[in-house]
Amino acid sequence: MAARWFVPIILLLLGLFILGMPFGLPGQAMLRPLYAVGCVYFWSLYRPASLPAPLVALAGLLLDVLGLTPLGLWAVLLLLLQAATQGLRRYLVPATFLWVWAGFVVLATACASLSWLVECAVHHSFVTSFPILCECLLAVGFYPALAIMLIRAHRGPAALEHT
Amino acid sequence: MVRLSIPLRQVLSRLTLPTMLVVCLAVTLIGQADQGVSNTLRAGLDDILAPAYMLVSGPIRAVEHGTGAIGHLFTLSAENAQLREQNKELLQWQEVALALQAQNAALKASLHFVPSAPPKFFTGEVVADLGGVYTRSVLVLTPPANGTAKALIGAVAMDGRGLAGRVIDVGSRAARVLLITDINSRIPVAIGAEGAPALMVGNNGPDPILTYWSTTQPPAEGAMVLTSAQAGAFPPGLPVGVVHYNDKNQPMVLPLADLSTLRMLRLFSYPNELSDLTPVPHDAVREGAGAGLADHRRVGHHGGPRF
Repeated sequence: MAARWFVPIILLLLGLFILGMPFGLPGQAMLRPLYAVGCVYFWSLYRPASLPAPLVALAGLLLDVLGLTPLGLWAVLLLLLQAATQGLRRYLVPATFLWVWAGFVVLATACASLSWLVECAVHHSFVTSFPILCECLLAVGFYPALAIMLIRAHRGPAALEHT
Repeated sequence: MVRLSIPLRQVLSRLTLPTMLVVCLAVTLIGQADQGVSNTLRAGLDDILAPAYMLVSGPIRAVEHGTGAIGHLFTLSAENAQLREQNKELLQWQEVALALQAQNAALKASLHFVPSAPPKFFTGEVVADLGGVYTRSVLVLTPPANGTAKALIGAVAMDGRGLAGRVIDVGSRAARVLLITDINSRIPVAIGAEGAPALMVGNNGPDPILTYWSTTQPPAEGAMVLTSAQAGAFPPGLPVGVVHYNDKNQPMVLPLADLSTLRMLRLFSYPNELSDLTPVPHDAVREGAGAGLADHRRVGHHGGPRF
């Protein structure tokens, strides 16, 4: 019972923690918000009850406090993402993996664009929009890897049969 | 557990998301209105995370060194030859440096030059790279401070080669360093031998750009960039980088510090040179400064400053 509820949020927080280690990978800083977006998307799609809105907000706030972004920005973005994903559930759950993948890329790019807009507003100038393109391309490559990991968790430790 | 009727539960579950959204929007507004809230939160979280990062970063570093050593075995003889060559060259430069140092000392003596007091510093390990998409910062482990941590705010962070950034947040175990490449970083610099003033502005890219340079003294390609004491926020003469013109003919600075793989940072506090531009009220820093420095002196010194 417990694992079913705790695996999604623990995976999300652990991933954010690990991506903060100084590996010196190129694009590591961009991977952290993308990872959060991926987790929220996946769980909202396949098991909305196990990642409720308060936990999503908490993860978003953590992302903001860790990454020096304006406080609350990613909390709002992740909640919007959750709302959008739940709205699209009806179409995406029965669809093939390719559609789910495409949906993720679109939503992740939308999140990146919104965060870019807010950063521009906060800095009162046009910040380079290059990261949006990077995030979009990263999202394309990143989702299958993330999905493999999360599907394992979904069927394994977080599975309904363990309740 | 309270049993709720099914319709009520449905209404509640439908309301959670909009409610959380409103709460988070409120948090955003509060965060924008009062920067102190997020700073306090960040310092607290950094304090919790720093020891955890320390624990897990240790083994990673050990493995990393191991693979490096094994990789080096294959190119040992070629590398040795290269090093011998470089050593020969460096020995020549050493002689030049020694001669210049002697000359400098003689000139200073004849000018009755009064040297400024050497800064107090300590070395901290970089345990986490916590930049975001639009921010560049690292977390540095600091020795446990007894209530004098605030003296470190505004401290200058340098790696072995040059300026890396500035401390913006201090907790009791960790300090957050804003790197010079961050978009919020503004550093007054002096360019070349004549010390032409300019402002080095971070742009989240690998190389910060130069702005506000005098049109009569444009920065020359390859000129050395040092910090400037203008506005009193930085001590003068710390090495920062080298001027380079990019393809848009905009002067930028190639940092000397290896900002992508920071492992150790030295934090220098210059309490007497803090100006009004520092992120904390001046008096608060001055109060803690004396005691804070005594603390830092006791902490491990890994070598003297190079400048």
